[in-house]
Amino acid sequence: MNHLVEAFDLLLDAESWSGPGGFGARMLEHLWYTALALIISSAIALPVGLAVGHTGRGRALAVISSGLVRALPTLGLITLAALFVGIGLTAPMIAFVVLAVPSILAGAYAGVESVSPATTDAAKAQGMSGWQVLIKVEIPLGLPLIIGGLRNATLQVVATATLAAYVGAGGLGRQLFLGLRTQDYPLMLAASLAVILLAIILDACFEFSQRLLRRLLGLV
Amino acid sequence: MEWILNNLPRITDLTLAHLLLALPAVASAFLIALPIAWAANRVRPLREVVVSGTGLLYAIPSLPLFIVLPIILGTGVRDTFNVIVALTIFGLALMVRSAADALDSVDSGVRLASTAVGYSPAKRFFSVELPLAGPALLAGLRVVSVSTISLVSVSAVLGVQSLGSLFTDGFERGIVPSIAAGILMTALLALLLDVLLIAAGRVIMPWARGGGR
Repeated sequence: MNHLVEAFDLLLDAESWSGPGGFGARMLEHLWYTALALIISSAIALPVGLAVGHTGRGRALAVISSGLVRALPTLGLITLAALFVGIGLTAPMIAFVVLAVPSILAGAYAGVESVSPATTDAAKAQGMSGWQVLIKVEIPLGLPLIIGGLRNATLQVVATATLAAYVGAGGLGRQLFLGLRTQDYPLMLAASLAVILLAIILDACFEFSQRLLRRLLGLV
Repeated sequence: MEWILNNLPRITDLTLAHLLLALPAVASAFLIALPIAWAANRVRPLREVVVSGTGLLYAIPSLPLFIVLPIILGTGVRDTFNVIVALTIFGLALMVRSAADALDSVDSGVRLASTAVGYSPAKRFFSVELPLAGPALLAGLRVVSVSTISLVSVSAVLGVQSLGSLFTDGFERGIVPSIAAGILMTALLALLLDVLLIAAGRVIMPWARGGGR
């Protein structure tokens, strides 16, 4: 229990949050990694996922890839990438994208697919083109599930970003591994609690926006 | 390839260590999730709270949990028990929801009929509801087993021996085949366990041909 008290002392001490290597800077780094990974992955996965959902083609591929990624050990992915591209942010970023793409893809296609065929047929009968059906009907109605995919991807990346420090990048993992190497359990603990807090806050934000959307769309 | 052949005994040892961490976690997640799911279904107002609450546990990143858990358990960070409990928590996060949905999917007519022909609640659960929910439970268990096998390796950065040690050793000494072997073995192990679960499902539930999906 003493360790826990010391960890909280660290977390509540303004000193440990300030400076270039402080918790504040590391947390921003952690968030920046997460955001960058999500932007890159979304740029790849959203168009593909929407296309799969809209056309119904390649569905099996989307299902298999999201199953496969669950079986992929994240640490193996990061270390392998690090041996090929060297120490730094590139290796973890590759791993983040590999982990995030299937979740976003699955969310996008599931979102489009969840729209009832009667609704899309009605939209077509009104004279909408394929693009208009996608943009004005399928995407808005599928938005909660599309965001759900982004949510899963975010969770994966926030967790995995902790391992980025293992291959020489920054983020809250820095403090964690520093504590591990110097046998400083309170520091490890403080870093861990900070990561957990960050993950739960991000998840809660997604939960909130999904609920809000469902209500706005009248899906509840 | 040569590296793998030269290090076969070590890879075998690590695979066994990996299984000894993963299997107890998968089994206990399944066994603990069942009563929780059953109780959650019985007390309707609590169902969503329990199911979402356990699901929220999945939001906790794995490495931090390995480090925070010893505070509660009183173990060391490198203790096998610590790792197994953490993996069980992740398993529960996935399994409680699928078990609750599986048990819920049993037709209420069937439930009423079995009560009407004289089944006691306990007997009804074990001989009617559980078998009928079986295929859906198996589907949930398969997801838990795959994700647990891949989660184990993260504990290697703390110094716990598993296939993940092939990643940390390989990274520190710059041996690509070591990492490749680790990824390959993790995937093989996940596949093997999945096939075993499907086979077990066919034996235990011969009526549900075609698997749990």
